Amino acid sequence: MVTNAASFGRSGVHDFIMLRASAVVLACYTVFLVAFAAFSTPLTYEAWHGLFAALPMKVFTLLALIALLIHAWIGIWQVLTDYVKCVSLRGVLQFVFVVTAFAYLASGILIVWGV
Amino acid sequence: MELSEQNVKKQRPVHLDLQTIRFPATAIVSILHRVSGVIMLFAVGVLLWLLNASLKSPESFQYVQSLLDSFLLKFVVWGILTALGYHLLGGLRHLVMDTGRWEELASGKASAKAVFVLAIIFSILAGVWVW
Repeated sequence: MVTNAASFGRSGVHDFIMLRASAVVLACYTVFLVAFAAFSTPLTYEAWHGLFAALPMKVFTLLALIALLIHAWIGIWQVLTDYVKCVSLRGVLQFVFVVTAFAYLASGILIVWGV
Repeated sequence: MELSEQNVKKQRPVHLDLQTIRFPATAIVSILHRVSGVIMLFAVGVLLWLLNASLKSPESFQYVQSLLDSFLLKFVVWGILTALGYHLLGGLRHLVMDTGRWEELASGKASAKAVFVLAIIFSILAGVWVW
């Protein structure tokens, strides 16, 4: 069996499912957040701060960032394996993007923690 | 010699007239889905920076609002929203195709064009909202 150490899941099928599951979470989060910002005009600090002070929104934000980590990991893997044929360069780029996504998650935790 | 080998070595007509080769709509939808996805991976960094500043204090919230008055940040936010809307629509098309629908040439092309039209409409709405 061919295994690929750089992909996210245990198999292609696992990646397929994880990509779609994370996409659903990200779609829900972005639609909600864009709608909230668009329909609360004018958007005040109180409303914005109040939204992120609520525990469900903190959880939702962190869920979205975990979904982003998974989604970006698999998506970047698909793009890099198609276009970057040099294995060492591809490995470095995959590393940089995955570390970036982890950094986003860590930042997100710290940002919503104290709100 | 294997039959498959014979087929490969057979002389085939080569068509490399770059003036007449066109990507079909389905291919353009696919590559733009990738491009918009990679763009948004960078965009999330900008968005997290804005989120952090907007939640810190009423003063820094004001500062973010004043930043959003500048053309540069308006343009960046509009670009992010356009990429997001396009990627979301392309993703929904993928989810429908996962169920076995829109997999024929005609329906695949039609749904690809529908994604373009809806993404452009969303991009214009996003532009109206931002400006």
